[in-house]
Amino acid sequence: MSNSAVAAAPDERLAQVGLFRRLLLRPEIGALLGALLIYIIFSLAAPEIFPSIRGAARFLDPTATLGIMAVAVALLMIGGEFDLSAGVMTGTTGLIFSYLTTSDCLNVAWLGLGNGQECFNFGLDVWSAMLVALVIALAIGFLNGLLVVRTELPSFIVTLGTFFILRGVNVGVTRLMTEQVRVTNIDDASGYLTAQRLLNAEFMMFGENFRSSLIWMILITIIATWILLRTRVGSWIFAIGGDYNAARSIGVPAAKVKIGLFMATAGAGWLVGIMTALRLRSTVASQGVGQEFIFIIAAVIGGCLLTGGDGSAIGAAIGALVFGMTRTGITFAGWETDWLFAFLGVMLMAAVFANNFIRNQARNLRMAETRQRDKLEEEE
Amino acid sequence: MDHKKLAVENRSPILEVRNVSKLFGSVIALSDVSAHVFPGEVTCILGDNGAGKSTLIKTFAGVHKPTSGDYIFEGNKVDFSSPRDALDAGIATVYQDLALVPLMSVWRNFFMGSEPTKGSGPLRHIDVPLAKSICIQEMKKMGIDVRDPEQPVGTMSGGERQSVAISRAIYFGAKVLILDEPTAALGVKQSGTVLRYILEARNRGLGVIFITHNPHHAYPVGDHFVILRRGKVFGDFQKNEITQDRLVYMMAGGEDLDQLQDELAALRAGTAV
Repeated sequence: MSNSAVAAAPDERLAQVGLFRRLLLRPEIGALLGALLIYIIFSLAAPEIFPSIRGAARFLDPTATLGIMAVAVALLMIGGEFDLSAGVMTGTTGLIFSYLTTSDCLNVAWLGLGNGQECFNFGLDVWSAMLVALVIALAIGFLNGLLVVRTELPSFIVTLGTFFILRGVNVGVTRLMTEQVRVTNIDDASGYLTAQRLLNAEFMMFGENFRSSLIWMILITIIATWILLRTRVGSWIFAIGGDYNAARSIGVPAAKVKIGLFMATAGAGWLVGIMTALRLRSTVASQGVGQEFIFIIAAVIGGCLLTGGDGSAIGAAIGALVFGMTRTGITFAGWETDWLFAFLGVMLMAAVFANNFIRNQARNLRMAETRQRDKLEEEE
Repeated sequence: MDHKKLAVENRSPILEVRNVSKLFGSVIALSDVSAHVFPGEVTCILGDNGAGKSTLIKTFAGVHKPTSGDYIFEGNKVDFSSPRDALDAGIATVYQDLALVPLMSVWRNFFMGSEPTKGSGPLRHIDVPLAKSICIQEMKKMGIDVRDPEQPVGTMSGGERQSVAISRAIYFGAKVLILDEPTAALGVKQSGTVLRYILEARNRGLGVIFITHNPHHAYPVGDHFVILRRGKVFGDFQKNEITQDRLVYMMAGGEDLDQLQDELAALRAGTAV
C-alpha cells in the first residue's frame, strides 16, 4: 500500500476547507453573525423604522461612543487584562473638563481654609481643559498599569479599586465645587463650538443626521486593527496576553506594552468623556458608572478571549453595534426597556458559547490534521 | 588534565567554565565544576535529578552568577548579569517550555520580540511577507516543511514546536545553543526528529549543549559527554573514550547501582525464604 496516497489525502481536504476554515478562525465571525441576527430580529419587530436609514442613524449613535471604548478595552483584553475603571473614566475626564471650563465655588470651610465659599473662575478655554483632562487620564491609566505590572495582582482587583476611588471622587469633588451633582454651562467656554464641531457634530448623510463620533469610532477601529495585525506592538499585545512569561523571556518589552494598553484605555475614556460633555453641555457626577461591563461585553461578543491572547478590534466594534442595535431596537419595537439588560445578558452568553463552539471546531479540525500527520510520520 | 588535552588538539572552546561553584545559601548546587564546549560539537550534559544540570545551564545562560570560578566565552572572561546579556553575546537557551505562545502563528512566534519592519514613523509596520518567507526558509533548513506559517503554534506537534524554538535561536545569531531536556516530553519518533535538529545545528557550526538524563538520546548525537553527580563533574569523556554501555552504566549510578542491585537481590532472597 503506497504511503503517498494516504499522505495526500489530508492535503486534498486542506484545500477544500481552506477558505471556510480561515473564515471560521477569524475571531470576529461570531459577532458578525450575531449582529446579522439582531438586525433581522428588530427589522421584523419594527419593520417601518429599524431597517431604514433613520433607524440606522439612531442605532449607530450609541454604537459610536461605546465602540470607541470597546475597541480600546478589546486591545487591553487581548493583552490579558481588564479595566473596570474604563466607564467611570469617561465621567472623571468629563468632569475635569467641565470644572476647568466653568467657574466653580469651593466650600473652603471644609478644608479649614476659611469659613465661606471661595469661587474660582478657572475659565480655561476648551482646548487647554481637554489637554489637562487628557494628562490626568493618561496618568491614571499609567498608574493602573504600573500597579498591575508591579504587584502582579489581577487587574480585575486593581482596577476595581480605581473604579471605586474615581466613582467616589467624582461625586465628592463635584458636590464640593458646585453643591450639585452636575457641572453645567460648558458651552459658555471659548472654543466650544469648534470642539463641538470636531468631536460631536451632526452631519447629513442619505438625508439623515449622523454624528461625527461615528467617524471617530470607524477611524479608531481601523487604526487599532492595523496596530494589532501589522505592527510590532500588535504582535506584542497578542504575545503578552497569550503567555506573558514566554513573551518577556524572548525579549518583548512586556511591562511597557501592558502599561501602554492601560493608558490607551484611559485615553479612549478621555475622548468619550469629552464627547459626552460637549454634547450634553454638562457632565453628571455619576457619568459612566456601570458602563465598564458593557465595554467588556462588547469586546467579548466581538471575539475577545477572557483569558487574553486572542480577539479583534473590528469584532469589538461589531459588539458595540450589537449593543447599539439592541438598545435602540427595543425602543423601536415598543418593548419594555426594563428588559434591556436581561436581553444583553442572554446575548453575551450566546456570543460566548457561539465563539467558543466555533473556535473549538476550527481548532479540532486543525488538531486532527496535526495528529493525522504525526501518525503518518510515525508509520513512515 | 583538560587544559593539556585542549592544547594538544590546538583548538579553543567557544564556552568554558573553570572551577565553578554555585551556592544557594547553605546548599551547594555546583562544586568545582569545569567543562568546555567546542563549536561544531554536541556537548551532552548528563545527570540524574538534582545532579546540578539545571544550575549549570542557568549559569551558562546568565540566569545565575557563579559564586566562585571563571566563565569564559570566546576566550574572554565574562560576567553576564541577565539572560539578555548572554543572548546578546550569542548564547541562546531553549527551555522546556520553549517560550512560545500557543495561540500565535508560527511566523509571529518565530519573530516574537524581533519582528522585521519596513516603513518609518507611524507607518512603520511588520514586513509580513518577508517574515513569513524567512520563517518557512529557516524551518526548511531544519527539515520542517511549514505549509501554513499562519498555523497557531499550539496546534503543532511537540517535535515541530521544538524546531520552531531551535531554528528561531539559530536564526537570531546563536553561537551556542543550550537545549534543556528537549526530548523529555516526546515519544520515540518525535525524539528522533529533535535529535536530527541537534545534529543539524551542530553541522552548521554551533556549539550545542544538550541536557538530558537519557544516555540513549545523548550517545548517538554527542561528541563529548559531561556527567554530573551531586553538583560535581563525575566524568568528562570524548566520544572515543566511552562506549554507550559504559555511559548508560555511569548514568544509572555506576557503583551505586551495583550496590543497589546486591541489596535488592538480598531482599528478594530474604522474602523468598
